[in-house]
Amino acid sequence: MAVTIDDVRHIAALARLGLTDERAASLVNEMNSILGHMDVLSKTDTSGVQEAIGVGAGGLPVRADGGPPIPLTRSLDAFAPALRDGFLIVPRLSTHETPEAS
Amino acid sequence: MSAPRESVPLHTGAAAALRAATASGSTSTADTVTRALARAREVKAGRDGLNIFVSLDGEYLDEHAETATEQLADTEPGLLLGVPVAIKDNIATLHHPTTCGSRILADYVSPYAATVVGKLCDAGAVPFGKTNMDEFAMGSSTENSAYGPTRNPVAPDRVPGGSSGGSAAAVAAGIVPVALGSETGGSVRQPASFCGVVGVKPTYGRVSRFGLVAFASSLDHVGVFGARVDDAARGLRVIAGHDPLDSTSANVAVGEYHLAHARPVKGMVVGRPREYFPDSLDPAVRARCDAAFEHLRELGMQVRDVSLPHTALAIPVYYIVAPAEASSNLARFDGARYGLRVAGAGLTGMYEATRSQGFGAEVTRRIMLGTYVLSAGYYDAYYRKAQRVRTLIAADFSRVFHAGVDVLFTPTTPTPAFKLGAISDPYEMYLSDIFTVTANLAGIPAMSQPIGRVGGLPIGGQLMAAHFEEMKLFSVAYALERALGAGASS
Repeated sequence: MAVTIDDVRHIAALARLGLTDERAASLVNEMNSILGHMDVLSKTDTSGVQEAIGVGAGGLPVRADGGPPIPLTRSLDAFAPALRDGFLIVPRLSTHETPEAS
Repeated sequence: MSAPRESVPLHTGAAAALRAATASGSTSTADTVTRALARAREVKAGRDGLNIFVSLDGEYLDEHAETATEQLADTEPGLLLGVPVAIKDNIATLHHPTTCGSRILADYVSPYAATVVGKLCDAGAVPFGKTNMDEFAMGSSTENSAYGPTRNPVAPDRVPGGSSGGSAAAVAAGIVPVALGSETGGSVRQPASFCGVVGVKPTYGRVSRFGLVAFASSLDHVGVFGARVDDAARGLRVIAGHDPLDSTSANVAVGEYHLAHARPVKGMVVGRPREYFPDSLDPAVRARCDAAFEHLRELGMQVRDVSLPHTALAIPVYYIVAPAEASSNLARFDGARYGLRVAGAGLTGMYEATRSQGFGAEVTRRIMLGTYVLSAGYYDAYYRKAQRVRTLIAADFSRVFHAGVDVLFTPTTPTPAFKLGAISDPYEMYLSDIFTVTANLAGIPAMSQPIGRVGGLPIGGQLMAAHFEEMKLFSVAYALERALGAGASS
């Protein structure tokens, strides 16, 4: 399952990482080298073995979709890159872009 | 307790002694903070020297110490009263930035503090600066920080280990007796071994991770460094316990770890897993471990040879599971809500520009790996397979502990600290965690303590126990520390 330059480009897009051509080429070699060490797993018999779900003695707990309030000592405008009327401002999606918006 | 070893010239004093002196009024928190700051200057802990701290604010510390002293009269002395505690820079604090060693979080100050930081303050400790680390805890040498590498105080041409290298170095340099770190695959125990200090990783769920910036959620733990076993025991006692803000935190009674020194170890069974002592192991490291086993026998413990047959698969499993979880956790750093924003063409362009300029090479590599092993067509072959082998690794431990073994003893690392820049191959770097990742994969408690020197450099011995058996770890660690005496640092 050798990783190709097309794979790297595809994965980078999924991961929202901009890569230079040089870095992409380097990652092909790095990923193939690292993943080569993982091949040993395919030779291990795991028939009938459950996947690990939670590593504590109590397994993976499920909590209610909520929780105690977390008091914030600083408001959003103290750390948000761009804010207007309490809303985070981001550039337009590319499908809606105009030269001015980008 | 006996005096600190020479290898840890603790200028502020041990945690227990500091607490007693502060409670009696023979010293003040302000004096201690002044001494710790002076020690930091003396060892050149700044950017141009050992580069231990990402942020350290002397004025703030002076103010905080005054406040702590004013509150003293009305409260029962906390277990860490008057003790300065350094904090790894991926644990949220209100005053200092929390950068995770990354450019993408440069100058980011959290609007809330981690539960463990609140517990430290409640126990009378003084949060003493934020320590350098491998970016987002991805690394084993603290060379992957956007703020430059940290150097090992014992041998400044060598790495302190990682990813919690700054915290280990802060203790090893004698600036603070206790420091917080985090572990995903050995990031407390490995630097503890390299720097000649004690490092403990508790059971998964034992310590709240609320406010710990997530790397790999099924593997992340908050851990503690101590100059000696007692310092680490007090630190863990303070930060352990259930937290409703962390759904993975366990509601299990916390032991009085700092009282474990009084528990007898005679009759306990210590396992010697053969997979941790391969023929290729450095003979000097093996000799130090053999000497430790001899001490344990003299203490009345039974040494039993055991096998953990899936150990060799731990590194491949870890480097599938951890990057997979990291690729998901680090998706939040995109320039939209906080941290670095770099303009690009539209929203997608901003995401890509921000992340490519904000993340360093190792973080990028792991996000790529993690995204790959989770992607369609590869999930079953890599991620699902790794999670099944992880079950086998955890079952190895369960089988040994159910057979009557109380603790396991192994080397913490195959070698002492290596030189800065000596390892450039990513997988070779990953192998430095070969003896530590198994405990994270299984979620069991483990600790490293100094057992001597190899070529003049510290080397650690590792203890591991079954889930929530930290008291057993500390009982044995206290006894071994006493038995080794000066031999732990020579």
